[in-house]
Amino acid sequence: MMSANWKNIGPVANIPRRGARRLCLKSAGKPVAVFRTGDGDVFALIDECPHKQGPLSEGIVAGNTVTCPLHNWVIGLEDGEAVAPDNGSARTLSLRIVDGDIFIHLPELVAGDQV
Amino acid sequence: MNMVADPREHLVVIGNGMAGMRTVEELLKLDNGRRFRITVFGAEPHVNYNRIMLSSVLAGDKAVDDIVINSREWYDENDITLVTGDAVTRIDRGDGTVTSASGHSVRYDRLLIATGSRPVAPPIPGLGLPGVCAFRDIADVDKMLAAAKVHKRAVVIGGGLLGLEAAWGLKQRGMSVALVHLMPTLMERQLDAAAGQMLQRDLDRRGIAFFTDGQTEEITGTERAEGVQLADGRFVPADLVVLAIGIRPNIELAKAAQLEVNRGIVVTDDMRTSDPAVFSVGECVEHRGNVFGLVAPIWDQAKVCAAQLAGDAEALFASKALATSLKITGVDVFSAGALMAADESDDEITLRDDSRGLYKKIVLRDGKLVGAVLYGDVGDGQWYLQLMRDKQDVSALRERLVFGRAFAETGSGKPAGTDFAAMPDDTQICGCNGVCKGVIVSAIQDKKLTSLSEVRAHTKASASCGQCTGQVEGLLAFAAGVDAKAVKKTMCDCTMASHDEVRAAIVADRLKTMDSVRHAFDWKKPEGCHKCRPALNYYLLCAWPDEYHDDAQSRFVNERVHANIQKDGTYSVIPRMWGGLTTPAELHAIASVAEKFNIPTVKVTGGQRIDLLGVRKDDLPGVWNELGKAGMVSGHAYAKGLRTVKTCVGSEWCRFGTQDSTGLGVKLEKMCWGSWTPHKVKFAVSGCPRNCAEATIKDLGVVCVEAGYDLLVGGNGGIDVRVTDPLVRVATEAEVLEYAGAFMQIYREEAHYLERTAPWIARVGIDYVKKRLVEDAEGRAALHARFLHSQRFAQIDPWTERVMGAQAHEFAALPEMAAG
Ligand SMILES: Cc1cc2nc3c(=O)[nH]c(=O)nc-3n(C[C@H](O)[C@H](O)[C@H](O)COP(=O)(O)OP(=O)(O)OC[C@H]3O[C@@H](n4cnc5c(N)ncnc54)[C@H](O)[C@@H]3O)c2cc1C
Ligand code: SF4
Ligand code: FES
Repeated sequence: MMSANWKNIGPVANIPRRGARRLCLKSAGKPVAVFRTGDGDVFALIDECPHKQGPLSEGIVAGNTVTCPLHNWVIGLEDGEAVAPDNGSARTLSLRIVDGDIFIHLPELVAGDQV
Repeated sequence: MNMVADPREHLVVIGNGMAGMRTVEELLKLDNGRRFRITVFGAEPHVNYNRIMLSSVLAGDKAVDDIVINSREWYDENDITLVTGDAVTRIDRGDGTVTSASGHSVRYDRLLIATGSRPVAPPIPGLGLPGVCAFRDIADVDKMLAAAKVHKRAVVIGGGLLGLEAAWGLKQRGMSVALVHLMPTLMERQLDAAAGQMLQRDLDRRGIAFFTDGQTEEITGTERAEGVQLADGRFVPADLVVLAIGIRPNIELAKAAQLEVNRGIVVTDDMRTSDPAVFSVGECVEHRGNVFGLVAPIWDQAKVCAAQLAGDAEALFASKALATSLKITGVDVFSAGALMAADESDDEITLRDDSRGLYKKIVLRDGKLVGAVLYGDVGDGQWYLQLMRDKQDVSALRERLVFGRAFAETGSGKPAGTDFAAMPDDTQICGCNGVCKGVIVSAIQDKKLTSLSEVRAHTKASASCGQCTGQVEGLLAFAAGVDAKAVKKTMCDCTMASHDEVRAAIVADRLKTMDSVRHAFDWKKPEGCHKCRPALNYYLLCAWPDEYHDDAQSRFVNERVHANIQKDGTYSVIPRMWGGLTTPAELHAIASVAEKFNIPTVKVTGGQRIDLLGVRKDDLPGVWNELGKAGMVSGHAYAKGLRTVKTCVGSEWCRFGTQDSTGLGVKLEKMCWGSWTPHKVKFAVSGCPRNCAEATIKDLGVVCVEAGYDLLVGGNGGIDVRVTDPLVRVATEAEVLEYAGAFMQIYREEAHYLERTAPWIARVGIDYVKKRLVEDAEGRAALHARFLHSQRFAQIDPWTERVMGAQAHEFAALPEMAAG
C-alpha cells in the first residue's frame, strides 16, 4: 500500500510519448507538468520555466530534455536544471509508477509552495 | 583596510565604469603594470559592465548578465579591491587620500579619476515626478522595464543617439512611443537634414511618433508623470518620460580638490591632470578643448594612461576622426567628420536612392575626404573613416568615391560581397576598439581561434557595440581556412549537415522517417532538438505527402493545438473567411460563440479575418464545434502555411476595378489552404493598380490590370518591409492559379524551414525563380501538379478532426483522481 502522501494521477498511457500533460491539483497552487520521454520514462516538474515561467508542459521533448515554448531554454527533465549557457532550475517532484499508474509525492508539492 | 605593509604602490581608481576598468585591463597587460596594488571605487552597485549594450538590454536582445565585462572573480584573480555602491566624496591631495560616502578612507600613490558623465537635467518643472528617468545606467533600464510592464505610453525627450535607442527599445517592449526633439531633424549633430529625415521616416514607419521642433515646457502630473507639455501648445500624454538630451562630465570631485577643470577635467596628452600624481580618463575629461561621448577615443586614452602609469613617458593621446552609428536593428546609419561643405571651396557629393532607402554624402576639402554621412548601406563606413584619418589625397578617386570601396578601387560596378583576401591588412574592422583586419587574422591564425567569442576575448574586435560582428565572423571563416566548416550553417547543433544537404538526401535516398534521416547523418542526439525536429517533420511531410505521418510532438505548441497561445496562456481562434468574405449566418455564429464562451475580445485582423481572443484551452474544442456547425473551418492563423488571401471588392463593386479580385482571391484560398510551408504565407489580390489590398507586401500578390494579372512575389510587411519583385504578367485566371500553385511548391521544396519567401528570394535571386517558373513552362506545370497532389492529403480541417476527438489529451489537463 502506498501512503496518503503519494497521490495517484492516473495511468502512464494518459501522457503522450515525447510529450507532457499539465496537472492542476486543488490542494496545490502551482500546476505540475508530467512528461513522458521517447524511452517511456516519466518525470514531473513544476510547470514553470526558470526563465520567465513559461509553461514547460507545452514544450518539445527530446531525449531527457524539454524546450520551453517561450524562449527556447532547454531544461533537463531529471534534475530540472537549465542546460548551459542558460542558468536556473525548475523544481522536480518525486514520482513512482505502480502497476502502470503514476503517483506523485504530495508533501513536496505542498511544502515547496509555502517557501 | 589591509594594514599589512605592501611594498607595491597603491593605485586608486574612482569610477568602476568603462574607461576606468579599461585602463586597469591595459595596465595588467603591461610587464611593468603589475607593480601596483589597485583599489576601485564604484558608485553603482554592480561590477564593470558594457554601458553601450544597455540599449540591447532595453530592447530585449540581451540580459544584464550578458553585458558584464569583468566579473567579481576577475577582480579577485587580479588582486583588485573592489568597493561597489560607495561613491567617493572627497579627494584630499594634501595627504594623498580619498574618502567615500560610507566614510571609508584610503591613501593613494597614484589616483585615477574616471567618473564619466551624467545626463543633463534642465530645470523643467515635473522632472522629479515618479515615472521620469534618464538613460545612463542599469538602474535607469530597470526603471524603464518596470514601467513597460504596467504602462502603455512612453515619451522620450531628445532625438540623439541615446534618445532614439531608448525609443526603439521601449517600442520593442510593447509601449507606444513618442519622441520629442528640440530641432527640426533627428541626430542633427551627426546627420545632415536629408539623412535625418530618412531616419525619421523609417522610424515613423516602425511606429514611433515624432514631435520635432518641440521645446519641452513642463512634465505634467501630480502622483506620477502624465504627459509632456510643449511650448507651442502641443501636449503628449505619457506614463513614462525618458530624458536623453545630453550628458555633462562629472567634474565636481576634481573641482573641489582644486584640480584644473573647465567643461571637463583638464588633462594633457599624457592623461595627467594639473596634479602629476592624478590621472583622468573617459567622459569626465577635457583634452585640448574636446570632451568625449564615444568609447573609441576613450580606449585610446586608457592605453596611454596605462602606459604612463607603467612608466612609459612617450605614450601620448591624440584625438582622431570619430564615427557614430546607431544600434537599431535594420536601421543603418554612419556618420564621421564634416556633415556638409563649410564654404564654397569644399565639395559635396551625394547619392540618393529613395526607393531603396539609400543615401550617401561625402565632403571633400583640398582633395581630401573630411566627412561622410551614410544611410541605408553603411558597409563602406570604416573605409571612409580610414581615408579621413590617413588624410590621403583622394582626387584620383573623386568620381567614384561615393559609390563605395569596391567600385572606387576596381572600377567594377558590382559591389561584390566583402572580399577578405583582397582587403588590405590595415582596413579597420572594429571602429570602437580600433582593430584592423591584420590583427584579427593573425590572432585567429596564431592562437588557433575558432569562435566569435574567442576572437572577442583576444582582440576586443566586436566586443563593444557589436556592429561589426558580421565582418568578424566573415574573417573567421576566411582566416580559419580548413576550419571554415566550423562556421558553416548547419541545421542545428545535432548535426554537421546543412538544410540543403538534408533535404537532398531525403529525396535522393528515399528517407522517410526522422530516425532514418538522423541515422544517415550521424545525428549527435538520437531524438534531435527543438530546432531540427520541426524542420525534419516539415521536410518529410513535404517530400512524402502521401506516406509520412505528421508528428504532433515535433511541432511548436501553436501548431499542435491549432490556435495561437497568447501571453497569458489563453488562446486565440480565427476561423477562415474565404477571400475576406463572410455572411450574416457566420457572423451570428461568431457572435453567439463569443457570448457562450465569454470570449473577452473580438477583433478584426489585418488579414480581413475575425479574431476571438482569450479562449481557455479546454474551451477550444467547444468553440470549434460551434463554428464548425456554421460551416467554418480553421483559418490556420497559427500555422506555417497559407494564412490569408486579402482582397479588395474589385470589378464587382468598385468603379476602378478591372477584374473580379474577390472571386479570384476565394479561388486562390480554396486551392492553397491547409498546405504546410516553411514559414507563414500571405496572399492578396487587388482589383486595379490602386492596390487597396496591399498586394505589394505579400508573399504572393496579384494586381489586376485591364490586360490581365500582374503577379508579384517575395514581399513582406513587419519589421523589415520588403516590396515584392514582379514575376510575370498573365492573361487568365487559370494561369494565375497555375503560377500560384507552382510558386507555393517551389517555395515549399526549396526554402529552408522558417525562411519566409522574402529572405528566400533575396538568397536565391528573383532571376532564379523566374527561370524556374516563367521560362520553364513544363517545370511550372510539374510543380503545380505536385502541389495539388500534396493538397489532397493536407486539406483536412484540423478543427473538425479535433472536435471528433483527435489528440484530445492536448485540450484537457490530467483529471484529478479520487483520493488514492
Ligand atoms: C545607452 C547608451 C548607449 C551608448 N551607445 C554607445 C555606442 O553605441 N557607441 C559608443 O561609442 N558609445 C556609446 N555610449 C557611450 C559610452 O557608454 C560611454 O562613452 C562610456 O561608458 C564612457 O565611459 P566612462 O568610464 O567615462 O563613464 P562610465 O562608463 O559612465 O563610468 C563612470 C562610472 O563612474 C561612476 N562614478 C561617478 N562618480 C563616482 C564617484 N564619485 N565615486 C565612484 N564612482 C563614481 C559612475 O557611477 C560610473 O559607473 C552609450 C552610452 C549609453 C548610456
Ligand atoms: S484596388 Fe482598385 S479595384 Fe480594388 S478597391 Fe481599390 S481601387 Fe477598387
Ligand atoms: S520562459 Fe522559458 S525560456 Fe523564457
